[in-house]
Amino acid sequence: MSIPALDTADGLLDLTSPEIGAQTAGGRFWSKLRRSPSALAGLGILGVYIVLALLGPLVAPFDPGHDILREQFLPISSLHFLGTDDLGRDEFLMIVYGARYTLLLGFFAVAIGLFAGLPLGAISGYFGGWVDLLVQRVTDVLLSFPGILLALALVAGLGVGLRNVIISVGISSIPIFTRLVRASALSIRELPYVEAARALGVPHWLILLRHVIPNSLAPVIVQATLQLGAAILVAAGLGFLGLGVQKPTPEWGSMLGEARTYIFTDANLVTLPGLAIFGAVLAFNLVGDGLRDALDPRLK
Amino acid sequence: MLTYVARRVLVAVPTIFGVATVIFLLVRLLPGDPARTIAGVLASQADVERIRHQFGFDQPLYVQYVTYIVHLLTGDLGISTRTGAPVREEILTRLPYTLELAAISTVISVLLGVTLGMIAATRRGSPLDLMISALAVFGLSMPVYWLGLMLIILFSIQLHAFPAAGAQDPLGFVLPSITLAMFSLALVARQARSAMLEVLGQDYVRTARAKGAPMRRVLAKHALRNALLPVMTVIGLQFGALIGGAVLTETVFSWPGVGRLLVDSIFSRDYAVVQGVVLMLAVGFIIVNLLVDLLYAYVDPRIRYS
Repeated sequence: MSIPALDTADGLLDLTSPEIGAQTAGGRFWSKLRRSPSALAGLGILGVYIVLALLGPLVAPFDPGHDILREQFLPISSLHFLGTDDLGRDEFLMIVYGARYTLLLGFFAVAIGLFAGLPLGAISGYFGGWVDLLVQRVTDVLLSFPGILLALALVAGLGVGLRNVIISVGISSIPIFTRLVRASALSIRELPYVEAARALGVPHWLILLRHVIPNSLAPVIVQATLQLGAAILVAAGLGFLGLGVQKPTPEWGSMLGEARTYIFTDANLVTLPGLAIFGAVLAFNLVGDGLRDALDPRLK
Repeated sequence: MLTYVARRVLVAVPTIFGVATVIFLLVRLLPGDPARTIAGVLASQADVERIRHQFGFDQPLYVQYVTYIVHLLTGDLGISTRTGAPVREEILTRLPYTLELAAISTVISVLLGVTLGMIAATRRGSPLDLMISALAVFGLSMPVYWLGLMLIILFSIQLHAFPAAGAQDPLGFVLPSITLAMFSLALVARQARSAMLEVLGQDYVRTARAKGAPMRRVLAKHALRNALLPVMTVIGLQFGALIGGAVLTETVFSWPGVGRLLVDSIFSRDYAVVQGVVLMLAVGFIIVNLLVDLLYAYVDPRIRYS
């Protein structure tokens, strides 16, 4: 058996054309991602969460705020798939509704980090000089607050609630993106096509927008995916401490924090919201790792 | 080496000032009246004014800033509004508990993490490697507070093996240390695995193998030493996750450390203590990373001259 495409002159010609090269690069990315079982698992889990967040509330038989004190701490049953909580609210529905808030928190927080961090990093790396020095010193300072601490300090000042949690977690993820994009911009600005653009008189902002930012996106996409998981962890952590989204909003972290009181009587109320957070973070981490392997051939 | 040390230390000083400034601005520039916040909603206007004067909020911002920095330089972190004790004392009585917990967790995560990473790297692609890699992703994805609560349910409530709260007896350290170590352990294991893989592909490893050195000797003499360098950096960075995790872990296990002091102080609006704890933790993080950088340069001469 012969391979027809290679036997003809057309086939050989096609293989050398740049369009084919570009296609195979994209194709290689997808086939790599598809061949990674962990990335697929991550995408699968994510799909379930997104479906729950979008459709769950539509098909729910009752509102999660529907609290009947007589029905508190009910065990698992056909009416209440996961039992009820301390106020008689259906735990399954609370978790389904929680998917919305958790995904929302993650996406908006990372969006803030991206929209501030990306241009800051690109400008810092592209222009260099005192702009770079200033941006990098501020980044240093923000990165010096370990872990959850910057978000915690910001929430302590801004106050609790969904919006302030998003702002706090968002601000604390800015420096990571700034660092990452700066590193790429530093090397991109030395490349011939950037030099050519500058020689042609293309204004700096257009070079940044057309060349520097698009070409530094690969590591940013990977980091943004991983950062979604990290943002969800921090936001839920704030909720757990009682400094995040407040009740009656069914946010997993705060559900977990409130359920602590009942750890001796109803362990489900502690186990389930935490499992939901764990699953979401795991999904983003798996997809992020898969993207990194697919986008960066140097690794692994 | 000395110029390298001097340069690194000089870079850290403005960062510490920056951190102090950010914390200062955070309390004063955010919306709302800090004096009113500290006094509480029910306080009379006279009380609010008294607090405003006591904290110096009635002074111009630059005067407040200079006073704040001068006090910091003399080690004065202010007075706790909740207890009336100096913030420095409040922190110092709780710091040992956090440090003990952090130290035990670091030892667990480094020893176990490097071992697991090495095992995974030397058996690349094997089921064992897959299992260790999966464990690492799980560890990185697990909410610390949830892990702690799960351990309490299993080992305290069901098995009655370890206490669920408090630092009174040595057994009380077991669950919090495991909880706190998990994230760092996963991070170190991952880094150790990829560092080891990289080293194993180097020429000197191949040469050592070619001249007939047994694998165990190659690993111990050539590979491990070189693989430990990047792992060191991660150990410095994971210290940040450790401090952040301590805040959550201490809350789960009612641990009398600075993390819980911070959370309690946020709730009681004890801003002097909040400022003090955040500042101390951030400076600690900066210093640890500085030490790691210096150690790195000491071990690897290539760094110093670049």
